[in-house]
Amino acid sequence: MNTGDIAFMLTASALVMFMTPGLALFYGGLVRSKNVLSTVMQSFICLGIVSIIWVAYGYSLAFGPDISGFIGNLHWAWLNGVGTRPGPYSDSIPSLLFCTFQLMFAVLTPALITGAFAERMKFSAFLIFTFLWSSLVYMPVCHWVWGGGWLEKMGALDFAGGTVIHINSGMAALAAALIIGKRRGWGHEIFHPNNLPATILGGGILWFGWFGFNAGSALAAGGSACLAFITTQVAAGAATLSWVFAEWILQGRPTTLGAASGALAGLVAITPAAGFVSPVSAIIIGLIAGVLCYMAVLAKSRLGYDDALDAVGVHGIGGIWGALATGLFASVTMNPHGANGLFFGNPHQFIVQAIGVGATMIYSFVVSFIILKAIDITLGLRVNIEEEVQGLDISQHSEVGYSI
Amino acid sequence: MKKIEAIIKPFKLDDVKDALNEIGIKGMTISEVKGYGRQKGHQEIYRGAEYVVDFIPKVKLEIIVDAGQAPQVVEKIRESAYTGKIGDGKIFVFPLEEVIRVRTGERGNEAI
Repeated sequence: MNTGDIAFMLTASALVMFMTPGLALFYGGLVRSKNVLSTVMQSFICLGIVSIIWVAYGYSLAFGPDISGFIGNLHWAWLNGVGTRPGPYSDSIPSLLFCTFQLMFAVLTPALITGAFAERMKFSAFLIFTFLWSSLVYMPVCHWVWGGGWLEKMGALDFAGGTVIHINSGMAALAAALIIGKRRGWGHEIFHPNNLPATILGGGILWFGWFGFNAGSALAAGGSACLAFITTQVAAGAATLSWVFAEWILQGRPTTLGAASGALAGLVAITPAAGFVSPVSAIIIGLIAGVLCYMAVLAKSRLGYDDALDAVGVHGIGGIWGALATGLFASVTMNPHGANGLFFGNPHQFIVQAIGVGATMIYSFVVSFIILKAIDITLGLRVNIEEEVQGLDISQHSEVGYSI
Repeated sequence: MKKIEAIIKPFKLDDVKDALNEIGIKGMTISEVKGYGRQKGHQEIYRGAEYVVDFIPKVKLEIIVDAGQAPQVVEKIRESAYTGKIGDGKIFVFPLEEVIRVRTGERGNEAI
């Protein structure tokens, strides 16, 4: 064991934990004031639900001994045998610390989906969805990529969760937006963001936490973490600029929401590539991510689904681009444990990445769709019209966000 | 007695207040209001979604003056609220029946 690595990973875990309340602010500022608390709550409560699931059986399903490359078995349920000694995933930190670090990812992922169904889902239905989705979608896909599953064996690269976290949550968000339907007033009413400064601050907290997310995914305080740190910074910076300039050109004004959204798009896109690509490649990945995600957000209104806070456009599209870009820009000169991508003479890696993208998209979309349909038929996903007009803060939680 | 109501651009409030102070107007009531006239609303863009906002912020002043002073007040407001661009606002003059000061019970011009 290495005390430097342990200290670093404890810190990284706390940084990733902080992303969930950061996301709560980011999303919370974007909705109408009558729904600010319900939106914040949907992120915050994931810290509760997923923490318990993770200890009970989640960690074991995701990282436990492999069953046919698809999922882990239950030998590590209730963290049986997961203790203060190093485990199979790292020689230098206790397996309990690896488990804690991964828990923070599992908390954040279902919270990302909430952007799609903000302002209209019943809180009870949301809790059941989060419980089922974490168990049936997150754990298997996490196992495929990181827990010794089939994608990992095939050689798919995902440094910090482009497929596991972002494509996964983005496709679930698409299924959710399609099933729950548009918000009342969509297309003719103004959905005024209630607090854009909160959104910008939330975006800043996400950016800050992302250093734990990406650099921490090196699992050691070494060169790989340093590479991931700088690629994270410059990709986010590049995407901030490219989103803002794209909207300035196309719609005539550079907006603060565009800057925060661009940063997020860049962070999403660099996630799978962070420890495998050079800082210059990271800038290119970021520049493209900003424009691509902005286009995806513009296309949404033409396609006619109401992904309220653009979880699909940012996390889905950004994640797909990032995973594919890893297959283009990865280089063994940057990380000998990685692979070369297409631009470094290895087209095979790009194909492997594309398979990972396709499999995750299909699995996540289909299973999420089934879960949501099942909840809709039995319990009902959506609040009634009166509750929706009144706002979810009052109708679901008996509170108001602002009393001024 | 007259009641003068003026709808003006918010950033002109200080100029109007100072101008009225100069001619001895001792009090006024203001409120932040929204509305539209010939000046149409403005556009807002959130993540690419463009909205036209019809109602734009204005400030409404209410001033009570002696009938003889009303033309001078109206002129002062016009001068100080003027930018020459569309949306400078409007001034309304109403006849006023009675004014009562709550503390003393004074009435009419005494109470202004």
